[in-house]
Amino acid sequence: MNALYSLLFVFLLVLIPLFGVGAAHLNSLFGASIPYLAFCIFLIGFVYKVFTWARTDVPFRIPTTGGQFKSFDPVMFKQNKLDCPQTGAQTFFRMVLEVFAFRSLFRNTAVSLHETKDGPVVAYKSSKWLWLFAITFHYSFFIIALRHLRLFLEPIPFLPVGALEFVDGILQIGAPTLYLTDAGLVLGVLLLLGRRLINARINYISYVSDFFPLFLILAIALSGIYMRYYAKVDVIAIKELTMGLATFHYVIPESINVSFFVHVFLVSCLMAYFPFSKLMHLPGVFLSPTRNMPNDTRAKHHVNPWNDPKIKAHAYADYEKEFGVVMAEAGLPLDNPENGKAPEEADA
Amino acid sequence: MSDIPKADELFKSIDYAPPATGWMETPVDFSPGNWCYPAKPEKIAYMESKMPGLWGEARQWVPGEADWHLPANWKETVVNGFRERLKKFRSLQLFMDICVRCGACADKCHYFIGSGDPKNMPVLRAELMRSVYRGEFTLAGKILSKLTGSRVMEENVLKEWFIYFYQCTQCRRCSLFCPYGIDTAEMTMMARELMHLVGLNTNWIMEPVSNCNITGNHLGIQPHAFKDIVDFMVDDIEEVTGRRVKAPLNEKGHEILFITPSGDVFADPGIYTFMGYLLLFDYLDLDYTMSTYASEGGNFGSFTNNEVMKKLNAKMYAEANRLGCKWILGGECGHMWRVVHQYMDTMNGDNQGSQMTTPKSPITGTVFDTAAATKMLHITEFTADLIKNGKLNLDPSRNDHLRVTFHDSCNPARGMGLLDEPRYVIKNVCNNFFEMPPQTTREQTFCCAGGSGLNTDEIMEIRLRGGLPRGNALRYVRDKHGVNTMACICAIDRATLIPLADYWAPGVTITGTHELVANALVLEEGEVRKMDMRQEYLPGFEDEEDDWTPPNMEA
Ligand code: SF4
Ligand code: SF4
Repeated sequence: MNALYSLLFVFLLVLIPLFGVGAAHLNSLFGASIPYLAFCIFLIGFVYKVFTWARTDVPFRIPTTGGQFKSFDPVMFKQNKLDCPQTGAQTFFRMVLEVFAFRSLFRNTAVSLHETKDGPVVAYKSSKWLWLFAITFHYSFFIIALRHLRLFLEPIPFLPVGALEFVDGILQIGAPTLYLTDAGLVLGVLLLLGRRLINARINYISYVSDFFPLFLILAIALSGIYMRYYAKVDVIAIKELTMGLATFHYVIPESINVSFFVHVFLVSCLMAYFPFSKLMHLPGVFLSPTRNMPNDTRAKHHVNPWNDPKIKAHAYADYEKEFGVVMAEAGLPLDNPENGKAPEEADA
Repeated sequence: MSDIPKADELFKSIDYAPPATGWMETPVDFSPGNWCYPAKPEKIAYMESKMPGLWGEARQWVPGEADWHLPANWKETVVNGFRERLKKFRSLQLFMDICVRCGACADKCHYFIGSGDPKNMPVLRAELMRSVYRGEFTLAGKILSKLTGSRVMEENVLKEWFIYFYQCTQCRRCSLFCPYGIDTAEMTMMARELMHLVGLNTNWIMEPVSNCNITGNHLGIQPHAFKDIVDFMVDDIEEVTGRRVKAPLNEKGHEILFITPSGDVFADPGIYTFMGYLLLFDYLDLDYTMSTYASEGGNFGSFTNNEVMKKLNAKMYAEANRLGCKWILGGECGHMWRVVHQYMDTMNGDNQGSQMTTPKSPITGTVFDTAAATKMLHITEFTADLIKNGKLNLDPSRNDHLRVTFHDSCNPARGMGLLDEPRYVIKNVCNNFFEMPPQTTREQTFCCAGGSGLNTDEIMEIRLRGGLPRGNALRYVRDKHGVNTMACICAIDRATLIPLADYWAPGVTITGTHELVANALVLEEGEVRKMDMRQEYLPGFEDEEDDWTPPNMEA
């Protein structure tokens, strides 16, 4: 149901520019105003959210450790420097692997129950599908985004844009050359979608807000592919438009196919939606307190800005007052011998 | 316990298929057995007098009844408390925002594995809270409602919290597998802080908390009784070894303050571990003392809120200062060590006296820089260093009747990274050591299902379900290698693993690591030990038991 709503919603989003540009000729609205607005929402929302996180305190160091810590004898008990980092550099590498290789996800296992002749067995096996799907999707998306820089930069830098395009198109299939990442993105989205639809447990935890971005990105990818490989839009004109956007002197050439406006509108939707959604895991992963802190709290002092010095232990003096008599009887030493006297003695 | 199904029936009853209704529509089962008993009002009243404003009004209420007698302004209290904590904890704020519901954490929780209840998937457990976050605090959530998983705070939501946030042992296994390190344990802690504000609590947590505050330990044992029990153990040690060990209490002027969870002092089999510490320290002629005032290593405050965690933890430094100790040696305990490792210095570092120094073993001279800030050393680090330097005369064959495996407690494993030292100690005092399957040990270890204040009997079926992954791995090594003993370094484990093993892997006994050390420790040249620390005769000496004449047959 949630998937269906999302799909429908994305369809509606496609219809808006089709109608708006195709019938109502609102070219500059869709070619400039909406992208500008969306980009502003994206930028402000993104920065605002990251800023909100960053200014929220990290009162305690709570890294989740995934291996042996730094011991008193590092030779005999070898520290797992990546999963249980103790220095800034080690933590940095942990984060690099986390961000670029999805390391924690790589560890994923799947549990299953079996009744064998020897009794019940709980089995775990490595399950790397999600990792594979996710990495295909994210890297394709990332490279495609970088490739798009060619539309906003003049001259087009070879690094990374030109180089990426070269490698990405290396198979030289078709004309214009098929980019591997275009296929990768569509495939990645479909796999992630399929997983959400087919795996009952994942389906159960999925909302509209989990399906929607996937369908939206799929629609973006398909509209882009359509533009490039079927409609064969006027790239020169598009570059004129995008450069215009980038330099705030926008022009809307007449020769641009409506599919471009669909693509741009969907991207605008994605941008505007981004800061309010789970897509914020992109910046969030860098700030995660269980991953981005060294596991050194026993060795180094760390400040909790709202630590309350007024919270004190139940005072020993009170303890001794309460239990002094029985302590004295048991022969336990007292700070104040008076406390050891039974009440009647004390009165006497 | 009579109505608990047999192990194989329970196993067959687990169904991982989600229910037909969405999770927000699926009702929560409030029948007895699904919840821990609420705190006795006097415990709450006492804590309210010590730390006002954190507990709600003390009252009698029953989770199985419809009316929980919530305070009139409960909703504002919870929602405002939530908002306040979002500002105070980046972890909470971030973990509310960035979960993508990928489900990588879903089958990592022992409670889910053993129950199949989808709300025990860490992602959904956290959604119980996130849905309210979205509904109350985010614009998108306010507009789009249920479709995007948002809802506002209502009484049945709070009740759902109570059930499921007291079905999380804060073990963090989910966090290890989450691509963003989202730590459901952290959210459980926050949810519990919020519930405490309106008086939703459990007695098994609040009674220990108030006891720890008054008497120093969670069972509320008063100082003279504490001393009696220790003396008793000194007698037992003499019985086993012939040596009368020192057991200094509350003495000033010693170098080291030793603090262990009080479960080791009062409960079987922890007491054997405690006897192990005493014997080891006497053997070393260690300059140390224990304290009746700071007689609890475990920090039950960490199951309520950070304020009480700090207050109870503060006793350790306060006592070290009063007694003039230079550093603190800590016994085998799970969550005590998570608190010591990840929170102690941050909360109470300022309360360290100037006499305190980085721990240095007086026996080997090793300086433990790894504990330079907290001044607190884990006993397995201390003992591993002794063994490494050849300071202990050990006869591991005295443990030959034991075939041992090791259970990594969640907190030392995933909250600390203490994995190899206890293994090193065990392997040096036992000849037969076997690891459980790798997906169930070290950082991937499975919880005993009784941590974070859940080791109470009224939820035994839940505990046994949650104990399935650990129990099954244990059964595997029992069948394959004849393992008959599971060692651990946690006092809660020593209590909770016993019913778990009896149920899932009968025939395995539970032991602390230093009990094994004490068994193997050769006190003097040529010493013959006939019994182990449990006063059970070692193989070859069994017939000595026949010397005993029942009283009714005495001449
Ligand atoms: S693994 Fe992390 S991101 Fe994925 S569902 Fe669980 S908590 Fe959310
Ligand atoms: S912390 Fe442990 S008990 Fe809690 S949800 Fe995660 S895996 Fe389950």
